[in-house]
Amino acid sequence: MTSPTWNNPVVKWIEYRLPVFSFTQDHLIDYPTPKNLNYWWNFGSLAGITLTIMIVTGIVLAMHYTPHVDYAFESVERIMRDVNYGWLIRYVHMNGGSMFFAVVYIHIFRGLYYGSYKAPREMLWIIGIIILLTMMATAFLGYVLPWGQMSFWAATVITNMFSAFPLIGEPIVTWLWGGFSVDNPTLNRFFSLHYLLPFVIFALVFLHLWALHVHHSNNPLGIDTKGPQDTIPFHPYYTIKDLFGLGVFMLVFLGFVFFAPNFFVEPDNYIKANPMQTPTHIVPEWYLTPFYAILRAITFDIWFIPAKLIGVIAMFGSVLILVLVPWLDTSKVRSARYRPIYKQVYWFFLIDCIVLGWVGFNSPDAMFMGAVSFLRIGQVATAYYFLHLLVVLPVLGKLERPRSPPESISAAVTKDSDTVTEAA
Amino acid sequence: MTDAPTVAAGAPHEGETRRDFLLIATSAVGAVGTALAIWPLIHQMNPAADVLALSSTEVDLSPIEVGQSITVVWRGKPVFIRRRTAKEIARAKADDASDLPDPQPDSERVQKPEWLILVGVCTHLGCIPLGQRATEPRGDFGGWFCPCHGSHYDTSGRIRKGPAPENLAVPKYVFVTDTKIKIG
Ligand code: HEM
Ligand code: FES
Repeated sequence: MTSPTWNNPVVKWIEYRLPVFSFTQDHLIDYPTPKNLNYWWNFGSLAGITLTIMIVTGIVLAMHYTPHVDYAFESVERIMRDVNYGWLIRYVHMNGGSMFFAVVYIHIFRGLYYGSYKAPREMLWIIGIIILLTMMATAFLGYVLPWGQMSFWAATVITNMFSAFPLIGEPIVTWLWGGFSVDNPTLNRFFSLHYLLPFVIFALVFLHLWALHVHHSNNPLGIDTKGPQDTIPFHPYYTIKDLFGLGVFMLVFLGFVFFAPNFFVEPDNYIKANPMQTPTHIVPEWYLTPFYAILRAITFDIWFIPAKLIGVIAMFGSVLILVLVPWLDTSKVRSARYRPIYKQVYWFFLIDCIVLGWVGFNSPDAMFMGAVSFLRIGQVATAYYFLHLLVVLPVLGKLERPRSPPESISAAVTKDSDTVTEAA
Repeated sequence: MTDAPTVAAGAPHEGETRRDFLLIATSAVGAVGTALAIWPLIHQMNPAADVLALSSTEVDLSPIEVGQSITVVWRGKPVFIRRRTAKEIARAKADDASDLPDPQPDSERVQKPEWLILVGVCTHLGCIPLGQRATEPRGDFGGWFCPCHGSHYDTSGRIRKGPAPENLAVPKYVFVTDTKIKIG
């Protein structure tokens, strides 16, 4: 892309010293984008916008919030009742967290369907997983800040996971707490880190987009762009499409904010933290329940390794293993459109993840329809989660006979696309 | 400050080893210095002096009736004090012989059999087990039950069933008088 030359002397002066104008032109305006992206490609920009919303509302909340065990809960109630529009700002931040995860999960499953993680986009994918991990840490830290019962007990249960490691476990937990239980020092540092991590995510998103702009977007056909006939400039085509998607997204997001603002929260979190009493039913936020289900699925020791440690390893492993997906999937064909079997197991995997999320909500001893315990369902779903990633992906890539994708994006539409794909 | 003069100063080999030495020495000092500088930044997160100073609590046992339990706070954590009934003591002793996940005889867990003193924190992931009040569930073994992930503790506070790996911890305590203990 050749950038236009600017005539405005101020623009020219700046451009010569810091080429921000040509950078914007190349990366946001002329930027060549595959012309066949569908709506699943809207979720990256939605994630970016949601991150911005979270940072803006978060900074404003911090102006009224007090990170002290005696005042935290009260300061949040004050935000809700007394601070001008405090209720709105808090509800946007609170529901924004859920929206952020919803959008990013869809974004990730988009990548899994269209094989966006495959060469040469492995770095893009890996940075994405690191973003996901950082998001989880940020969300967990933020959930502790209102200092309700769920805040306190989530903090206790999650930090205690580290005690599963032999020898170093206990010192790590004490170090994380800054004391002998979750208390004021813990709340203070959680606030400090909750403020920091979104900016780390911001920097990671920058790297994510940098990697994206090296090899450009994948597309629903999963084939490389072959030339200008396959692409359209980002602006106005995708700016307008992203904007439309944003409108729809905002309807959902603000629908929750205004009509069901507490849909995602546990009522117990409106009870002030009580270190002497555990609520009868502890559940994490919905976007962490699948991992919680994996943690609890392990109830048996393996050799000398205690169940608790295996549970913790399985839980962290279930996220970290995603880093290896570009290599676990041995198929050369990116898009599931041309992989008849993968296309089906993909849906099994998605359902499996949803089942895990649902199991994580329920007490392990509870029975589903009086027949089978949630613990057992969780164990089967956990096994399938790892089976899909560690066995099905590698083996399927070798055994499956993919259909041949069209030669190019434009060929797929200029000729009769069906005959192209079917004949090959 | 270019390389040429020093290296060309007669003995190139000597010059090179000297440089290597300087490089390694500088890097080593730099690495140790960085590590020393990082340590305070890590250690600041460990319990501060005032937190450590609060680490003992005295408890008067005289108001507790046989069969009753009370919960006191020690280092921000609940400590369970149960004045066990003769039946509970007998059951705990009898259970010494059963198949325990974390084997320990009852005699090692109490100083006086009547007084069972435990850190009331589930050894699984830190919830507070139920069973302090007679109206609360005490699990299959008559001690405590942790509702978080279903751990059952017996009348000696030993883990019997569920995901918790260890017995409820016994804190360090001394009997200051017959009816008063100091925990910590
Ligand atoms: C804060 C979170 C994130 C933001 C703001 C973000 C942003 C974006 C944007 C704007 C794009 C380009 C538009 C698009 O293709 O949708 C993109 C692409 C991509 N993202 Fe993310 N992302 C985030 C998290 C993740 C995560 C957690 C993953 C999962 C591993 C991921 C994987 C990818 C991949 C593979 C692409 C290339 C997609 C393609 O062109 O097919 N991203 N991201
Ligand atoms: S914390 Fe008690 S069973 Fe998990």
